Order: sequence, then C-alpha cells, then structure tokens
Amino acid sequence: MSSICTTCPYCGVGCGIRTDGKELQGDSAHPANAGRLCVKGSSVLETLGDQDRLLYPDIDGERVSWDRALDEVAERFRRIVDEHGPDAVAFYVSGQLLTEDYYVANKLMKGYIGSANIDTNSRLCMSSAVVAHKRAFGEDVVPGCYEDLEIADLVILTGSNTAWAHPIVYQRIAAAKQARPEMKVVVIDPRRTATCDLADLHIPVRPGQDVPLFNGLLTWLDDHNALDQDYIAHHTNGFDQALATARAQGNDWDALSRQLGVSKVDLTTFYHWFAACERTVTVFSQGVNQARNGSDQGNAIINAHLATGRVGKPGASPFSITGQPNAMGGREVGGLANQLAVHLDIDNPEHHAAVADFWQTEQLAKHNGLTAVDLFNAVESGEVKAVWIMATNPVDSLPEADRVRHALMGCDTVVVSDCVASGDTLACADIRLPALGWSEKSGMVTNSERCISRQRPFQPAPGEARADWWIITEVARRMGYTQGFGYQHEHEIFAEYSALTALAGRFGKRLDLTAAAELSADQYEQWQPQQWPLQGGDRCFADGTFSTPDGRARFVACENPVVREIGDSFPIILNSGRIRDQWHTMTRTGRAGRLFAHLSEPFAALHPKDIERYRLADGGFVRLTSRVGDALVRVKSDGGQRPGTAFMPMHWTDQFSRRARVDALVPARLDPHSGQPAFKHTPVNVSDWQPRWHGWLFTAATPPAVEYWARVPVDAFLQAGQVQRYRLAGDADLTEQQLHEWMPEAAQWLALNDPSTGHFRRAALDSDGKLIAWLAIGETLPLCDVEWLATCFTEGSEVQALSILAGQPADAGPDLGPVICSCHQVRQKTIEAAVEEGADSVEAIGKCCKAGTNCGSCIPELRGLLETCSA
Amino acid sequence: MKKLVVIGNGMAAIRLLEEVTRLAPDLYQITVVGEEPFAGYNRVMLSPLLGGGTDEVTITTHPHQWYRDRGIRLITGSPVVAIRRHRRQVVTAAGHKLDYDRLVLATGAAPRQLPVEGVNLDGVMSFRDLYDVRKLLSLSAARVVVVGGGFLGLEAADALVKQGHDVTLVHSRGHLLNQQLDEAAGHRLQHDLEKRGVKFVMQARTAAIESADTETQGQGRVAAVRLADGQRLPADYVVQAVGIVPRTELADYAGLSVNQGVRVDDTLQTFDPAIYAIGECVEHRNRTFGLVAPLYEQAAVCASHLAELGHRRYLYADSATRLKISGIDLVSFGDFEGAGTGGEGENLQLSLPGGYRRLQVRDNRIIGMVLYGDVSDAAFYETLWREHADIGARRQVLLLGEAFCKAADRGGDGEEEIAA
Repeated sequence: MSSICTTCPYCGVGCGIRTDGKELQGDSAHPANAGRLCVKGSSVLETLGDQDRLLYPDIDGERVSWDRALDEVAERFRRIVDEHGPDAVAFYVSGQLLTEDYYVANKLMKGYIGSANIDTNSRLCMSSAVVAHKRAFGEDVVPGCYEDLEIADLVILTGSNTAWAHPIVYQRIAAAKQARPEMKVVVIDPRRTATCDLADLHIPVRPGQDVPLFNGLLTWLDDHNALDQDYIAHHTNGFDQALATARAQGNDWDALSRQLGVSKVDLTTFYHWFAACERTVTVFSQGVNQARNGSDQGNAIINAHLATGRVGKPGASPFSITGQPNAMGGREVGGLANQLAVHLDIDNPEHHAAVADFWQTEQLAKHNGLTAVDLFNAVESGEVKAVWIMATNPVDSLPEADRVRHALMGCDTVVVSDCVASGDTLACADIRLPALGWSEKSGMVTNSERCISRQRPFQPAPGEARADWWIITEVARRMGYTQGFGYQHEHEIFAEYSALTALAGRFGKRLDLTAAAELSADQYEQWQPQQWPLQGGDRCFADGTFSTPDGRARFVACENPVVREIGDSFPIILNSGRIRDQWHTMTRTGRAGRLFAHLSEPFAALHPKDIERYRLADGGFVRLTSRVGDALVRVKSDGGQRPGTAFMPMHWTDQFSRRARVDALVPARLDPHSGQPAFKHTPVNVSDWQPRWHGWLFTAATPPAVEYWARVPVDAFLQAGQVQRYRLAGDADLTEQQLHEWMPEAAQWLALNDPSTGHFRRAALDSDGKLIAWLAIGETLPLCDVEWLATCFTEGSEVQALSILAGQPADAGPDLGPVICSCHQVRQKTIEAAVEEGADSVEAIGKCCKAGTNCGSCIPELRGLLETCSA
Repeated sequence: MKKLVVIGNGMAAIRLLEEVTRLAPDLYQITVVGEEPFAGYNRVMLSPLLGGGTDEVTITTHPHQWYRDRGIRLITGSPVVAIRRHRRQVVTAAGHKLDYDRLVLATGAAPRQLPVEGVNLDGVMSFRDLYDVRKLLSLSAARVVVVGGGFLGLEAADALVKQGHDVTLVHSRGHLLNQQLDEAAGHRLQHDLEKRGVKFVMQARTAAIESADTETQGQGRVAAVRLADGQRLPADYVVQAVGIVPRTELADYAGLSVNQGVRVDDTLQTFDPAIYAIGECVEHRNRTFGLVAPLYEQAAVCASHLAELGHRRYLYADSATRLKISGIDLVSFGDFEGAGTGGEGENLQLSLPGGYRRLQVRDNRIIGMVLYGDVSDAAFYETLWREHADIGARRQVLLLGEAFCKAADRGGDGEEEIAA
C-alpha cells in the first residue's frame, strides 16, 4: 500500500503523519510539525492491532447484530424522551471524536432530541479557556498560531508541562531559542518539570495563585507605564475595573512574592521581561484551566495581553493550547452543553432561530444542558435516565470517579461506543457499540492553532466496527428523525457543517469554513491542512476588532481566589497531569511496552523533604487519601516538586492498577463559569505502606485482588496473546491455595515454596512446554529476565525447568556432557579431563573426581572412557 | 606368611581384599570362602540385572582370574559351618579346614522374612542375590505381590512389570521409601511407578500368605496375600522385600559378642582380637548397615589394621543416600523432614514435572535434603550441608541449584529497579 497522510491521534498539537501502515514518519509538509514526531506519535503503529478491540455490538454482554443494537438504543432513548422529556437523556462525547462525528452527535441531541445535554471530556481540559476567550473576545478563538512561538522574544509557558504534554510545540520553541538565544522562556509551574530545562526563569508559583500573579503583572505594568493606553482606549472595554480589581491586592512586591512563594527577584524579572518584550506569547494549558477559578486565571492572562495590545499579532498573543486531537473541532461544532453550534449561543434567540432554520427543526434545545460533572450527578439522581458515552472514559477521568462509576451502575441505560473492549467505563455499559479507531476512521480534526487536517484511514475496520457518525445517524433515523441524517459519506457532514459556519459570520464570529461548503468528495479526499478562517489568514483579531457586539475586547476583573487554609488532615496539595510517554487512560499507549520504559508504574511524586517528613521511602509505596477517595501508588522522589505538593499521573485506570485512579481522589469542585473541575488542587494525606511481599505475575487472566498491582506491558508479549505482566505487592500472608487460584489450569506445573521467607514461584506450562503463566513472590521483588521469559511464552522451549522458575537462564556454563557417575554426579568431560591429567585406572579416576567410588555401577563406563581417551 | 581367612565374598569383602593386597601384598596368604558359587559381583547391579539393563558378565567385577592374579584362594559354593576360635580355624561344609592368623567376617545379611504364616509356601521369594534374580527372571507371566516399599521391593516390582507380570506392591507406610524420602517425594515415586504399571496398596500390613489349598496350611503353593484389613490380594508369587537381617549365626556359635549384628569396635575388631567383622553383618556403636558407602569405609579401615598399618578408626559419617530406582535418581541426607528441629526447621520445596527438591533448613543452614528426579545439584547441597554453610544470602535461588547460586553470588543482591 502506498503511503497516506493523516494526523496523529494524540495531543492537540495535531502533527501530520505519513505512513504506509508498516512504517511511519512525520509529515514534513504538515504545518504543525514539519516532519517531527514525539515518542508517542512515533510508536503509534505499535498500538494498533485487534487485541482488546471491541469487535461486535453487544447488549448486556451478548453479541447482537448492528440492527438489533441500533434499534435497542433508539428505542430506549425514544421511550425515555417520550416519557420523561428530552432532558432525561444525555450524550457524553470526546475530543477523540472527529469533527463529523461531533457534528452529528450535537445535531441529534440539540437539534432533534431537543436537549442540550451533550457535553464532552473537553469540559475537563479546555472549558475554562473557552469561557475566558468568550468573555474577552466574544468568541472562543485562539488568536495566535504556532509560528508566534518561534518569532516571539518572550515565551511564557504557564500551567503546561509542554515538554511532555505537547512535545513538538516544545521542540519548536527549543529550536527557535537555539537559533535566537536572546529569546527568553519563562515557565510558571509549581513543579520544576522537564519543560523548565528550556527556561531562563522558572516561577514556582504556589498552586492556585495565577490570578494574583497576573493581576500583579497588570499593576506592575501600570506602575511602570508599560501599558498600551491607545490599544486599551480604542479596542477594549472594562480596563478600569480590571485594573482596580488587580490593584486591590496592592503593589507591595515583597508581600506578593511571599504570597506566591516566589522570590521577589524572579517575580520582578518576569514582570520586567513582560513589559520589555513586545513579542510575548503566553501559552496556557490545564494548569491554568483545571482550577476553581480557571476562567479567571485565563482572563487574568488575557488581560495582560489586552493591556499591552498583544493579541493576534505576530509573536504576540495569549495562546491556549489543547490536550486532545480534536478538542478544538468539538468546540467549533458546538459539542458542549452551553454552546449551540458554530460558536453561537443557545440562549440568544437570533442564534437559536438561525440554527433551527438551518437544521429545519422545531425541536432545537432552548436552554443550556448539563455540563460534565452535573451531567453525571443527574445520572446519579436519576434525572438523566439514559446516557450515551462515546470514545471516552468518565469513570476514570471525572472527579470523584468512584461516584461516577456508582452512578453509571445505577443508570437505566448506559450506551458506550468505543474502539476498545475493556475499560472502566465499558464495564458499566448495558449496550456496547464497536467504533472505528485511529487508522480506520476518516474525518477532520482541528489542532490548537485552528488548523483543520484530515485523519485518513489506512487499515480495514476490524470485526464489525463502524464510524461514530454512522452509528449516530443510524440511531437518529431509528428514533424517527428521517430528515437531516441522510449522510452517505463523511464529506457530506463536513460540507454541511462548513455551510453552517456562514451563520457564525452572520453574527460577527470569526469561525468561517464557508469556503468548504461545496466541497466535493474528491476535494475532501485531497484536503490539505488549513487554518480557519479558511479565507483570512493565520491570526485572528490582529486589527483590534473582536467578535463582541461592539467589536471591542473585554477586560475581566479577576478577583483573587479565597485562600483556603490547608487542614492538618489533608496537608498535601495533589496535582495531576500527563507523563511523557502515556496518553489519557492508556487505552492506546497501554498497548506499547516501550512506552512503559520511561515510567512503568503509577506513582506520586513528592519532594524529598516531604518523603522524609511523612516517613515515606523513594520507590516504596504511598497511600494517598482525600476527602472523597484514596489511591495506592509508588513513591517517586522529585526535587522539582514544591514541598507540600504531590503529583500523580492521570493515566492509570483500574485496567492498569488496583487503586491508582487519581480522579478518585479529586473532589468535584468546579469553576462556576466553565464547570471545569479543579483537578490541579486536591488536598490529600499521604502515608507509608509497607507490603509484606512483592511479586511478578505473568498471566492472561485478570490480576488477583491483592492490595497493589500494576500492569506493566511488555512488547514481547504482544505475540503471546493476552499475556500481561503484573507487578504485585501485598501485606496479607499468602496461602498456597491463593497462589493456586491466581494461576490458570495447566498441563504441567513448576513450583518453588519457601514459606518461612515468603518466597514462592510458580510456572504453568501447556503440554508442549510453552509457558502460560508465571509467578514469583518474595520479601523483596524477585528478579526475572522479562525478554527471556517472553520467549518461553511464545516459543515454548527445551529450556530447563529450573531456568523457567528462575525467570532467567542460568549462566550457561561449559557443557560437561552426560552424567557418568550418578552417585557423585560426575560428568563425562570431567572424567576425560582426569584421564588426560594422568589418571590411568578406575581407582585413579576415583581419586581425582570421586567418579566410581560409591556404588561402582559406572566402572564399566569409566573403563570405556579410559580406553577411548588413551587410544 | 600369615594366614588371612575372609568369610564372605560380597562387596565389603572384595573391597577389603583390594585394600589388603594393595597395602600389604606379601603379608598374607589369603583364603576367601564365599557361600555363593560365583566370583565377585556387584550386588548393587542386581536390580538393573533384574530389570534387563545389564547381564551377569558385566556385573561380575572380579572374575576368578582377579583372585588368581593376587594369589588368593577362592572357595565358592561351600559355606563355612564353624569357627574354631581356640584353634584359629574355620571349617566349611565341604570339610575344608582353614587355619587363620586373622579372620574377617563379612557374612552380610539375609533378607528379613515376614513374621506371618505362609512364608515357606512355594512361590514366596526374596530378592537378595544372583540366585533370586535368576529365579525371578524365570517366572512365567503371573500375578506377583511384592511386600515392602523399600528400595529392593520397588526395584523388583518395576522389573517384574517390565517382564509382563501383574504386580501389586504392598507397603506398610503412607509413602514409599519412607526411610529415604519425604512424603511428597514418596508420592511422586509412587505416581511415576504407577504410570509404568505397578499397582500399590499403601498403609497395608500383611497378615498372612495363604496357600491354594486351605487344608495344607503353611504348605503347597501360594495363592494370595491377606492384609490386616481383610483385603485379599491373589498372588501366584510373593516377593518379600521387607529389609535385611545381619547374618550372625557363625559369630554367635563361636561365642563372639552379638547383638543385632556382630559387635565391633572402631577398628572393626570383634571381641576376639584375631577376628574382624565388616559390612552388613556388623553392629558398630549400636548401628547396623545396609548401604554401600559405609561398607567400603569399614573395609578400608579394617584393611589398614590387617596390613599392620593400624592407625585408622572407623567412625560412622552421615552420608547422603543415593539411589536409582528404575532409572529415577534420588538423593537424600540428614534430617530431611525436620523431625529433630522441634518445629523450628523450615522447609523449602521445588516441584517440577520431572523432579522434586526439598531442603530442610534451620538457622539458615541445611540440615536435610531430598532430591527426586533431577539430582544434578546433590553434591552441591551435600557440601553446603557438610560445611554448615550459611545459605541466607543465596536463599532465593538456593533451590534452583548451583548455577543460579553462582550467578547470584556474582550478580549482587539484585536491587529492584525503581519503576517510577
């Protein structure tokens, strides 16, 4: 097959990939990455394959035909809507969906079912930025583009571990800085992350203190006459109030630096640089958004840019950067409960009338729907009786995640469409629908700089998996909405959506894809990455006119957050986020063993001082407890942590560890404007946990219910069917019966027991001698050679049983030939050596190496050897 | 030249002859009186011989020429009937009168007979010498009951199955080879032999051997073995393999001190300074013997005294028991069941499809061992046992054998890589 161009399925950078299905490389023609790829992107082919794919629709675990499944979904939604009204159903969708999928889901829920109960996991990462954009610019628009990062004189990265979460953006900044060393980089983050390697200045601000930091900046700029008064006067509203609010905290920089936990020198250096650099880009991401005042934090940043006239200009812009491949596309089509479509608002009667007219519907939702957390609260209360979850994993990713699971378990109808077969949310589903995954599906995605590019298929659909848009439209038709869902191909959806953006233009919005409204299937196929507005350049608002009714941007007066005293019971502030080589809930990256080489188990990073203070051990285990949940993970000492804070990765689910879902710890405290949860600020307690035993288990079965387990994928096992490697630890005494239950039925058994020291090993083999399960338990973690063991699983072998139990080959000593004297276990080569050294009789041999000196049964053979050796 | 007479031509006697002729080739005029009409053969090889794994020529380690070469007079087929201590003379059944300056009793042991009715019936046999093997090899296909789950009983049972007999083995204890193996290994052995066709009745005490004709009690042909629980095992032949009894009649008649065996001191001398005794017939420090290793040691010590190089003492050393049951290797030593540790011992076990290992440990020192099947590391463990080596540092890999212990010694303590 010849190579095709597609877009990476991971973060919001949206890199182009060129692949033939066997090998891949960065697409040098793609504007986002110009040929570069990060480790996740480069290994994405390793995550493909039919393993653990959802292949067929099922109802209550029983495989059914698509007809039956679609009828069932449609019938249940129809019935609930008829009996309880449209707000009794909901969709919860995802930034993994393509624009076309998103569009029809939104159209079905808002336009035809008549409820705005469609929200998305983008609520969890971007919705505060959406609010900030809308408040400031009158529209959810990222004004800048990636090039700005390269031509800026000052790049501020705040609330973003860009190096790990958006590696290619980071590399572009790094390359620019290398070319222009005078370019400055400031990282604002409570943690000293890998991103700080590039920083000229790291501002380790206390968690939740971005508003005072940027309010202070506004005051400082005012004090130092660094404001663009002309821009403020002609292009903005609300400056005076914003400044007054900022000034309310005073201009005592000593006091502010103490409050922020930053040295005054660093603080004023940062302010000074900001004042001095006309070309300043402030990149903000989840660290800003995922807070109780995430929207205000975003606006505090934008305020500083508006006050200096640095919006949408080359090298000068606030820059919200997204986490998911199509978070932006979802925002554009309106896939959020408080948007209508194409940047229009539900509660604006003119917008409402225009969209209703375009969609030819009388059912169009009249009020905002439930945002993510509220949506699942409504599921819990029974207000929402049917929920359809598409391509996302709320049981892991929402705050108070255990409660979400509980809510879903109690819900009348849970439909999940996904491309994987096992997942914590799928486990709650009544009806499961197999969706296409990356490499199979076809459509558009929009990246962080508004660049629309194609995801193109290059592999056939496995089993009966179908495109999400197809599934949604089939359900729509079966619910009776025969008009409006007659699409034959995804390009028709994209064209319709593009045509709809004309309404955005009509109401003064920048979103404009009208040039694609008449797109043919062929043109769709040939689509090259393009930024929107499709006719209008790469930056928005450069001329100082905005999408507000009066064309002026708005300052937002941002109050300082109420400082919450940290109680003694939860003295540590827990932050969560991505690690370099994993993505979301690992449904994809969890399939590539090499992506676990970097960080293989769930962990909590803590400052060495805290490790000492709370009597933890680096590499040991820590139990974290919050008001709503707990977790048990490994301890990772990290001098980059602020003392008093901890960091846990967001990736581990119940599929990968026993209790490592960070969101089970996070209380559902939301930004009042965006509904976005405060993931970055969870008060927790930490305590040491010392297991009595450690172990490894390799099995295709589910892991045992011990206190701690973590799945650590091994690439070599990809060929060994479903075998997985688990790291185990526990503090209850083990019985042989338990060990027996952890292992599958087997034709042959190898076992080692040393109960006094708690050392146990088990190996189960099939009748061909192929390993099917392996277990080793000890007071310390038993060693094993994973790669070698993997070969015993895949190939079977002539390998010695002892080596299998050992989990590694014994150092192959010299081959001493067969045993001749079985009493003393003397081998042929040893005897021959004795003869060569002068032993000329059976007795002499016996004196040399004891052979033949006990029962004498081997003496005839010794004589034979004497003859052959001396001959 | 002095006269040395050796009564018995078994493995202990022959080892003695080898040693004496090596140490003092010209000191004695030697006469050996063997009861069996054969030259020196390796009794250990009787089991393979019965099993068809070898032949009589091969197991004949010391043919007549060997005696001739050393000027030893070998009298076979004519057992000694009396020792005239006052004349320093022995008399054989054929009437040989042999004077001696030194006499060595190496009369060995006889198979123990079951203490039940019917042991003299036709078809009730033992498995001890070449005669027995020849007889067992000549049987036509039949039902055979072997009594005794020790080494000889198992060898006999396995060999008889191979020859097409229907064999049932009766053992009084819960597991086979209970002197040499722990329960787990004993059960494995049973399982392995069952796969070859031997049937077992365990924890069964033989109550009687019944004849075909109930009228002629204690005479005629054997018909069945009756067990204490009433179970009746039909049998055309019965092989008794319930241990051995030291042969002490001659010594007893001669007035030597005899308890279970002929009593000897640490130089293997009996009550009479001119008479020594070695091998299975002796009792040394309240102990009798049945395995080849201590026999050889006794022969060597005794020979050194006969050679008038008398400086060695025989002291029993606990050694490993090494057996090959029908091709299955076993080694055990020491307190392998931890019986003597009062519950403080710790046992480590390794179980494989083809083998089993058990190490009994106390205070991080090996105090006993059972190896079944794969015995390649027996010598390694035996050395650790003899040297009272501390196995603490190697404990995790100890059961995996020498190669892994060496690798662990080289590889340090294997710190866990910090995952996160």
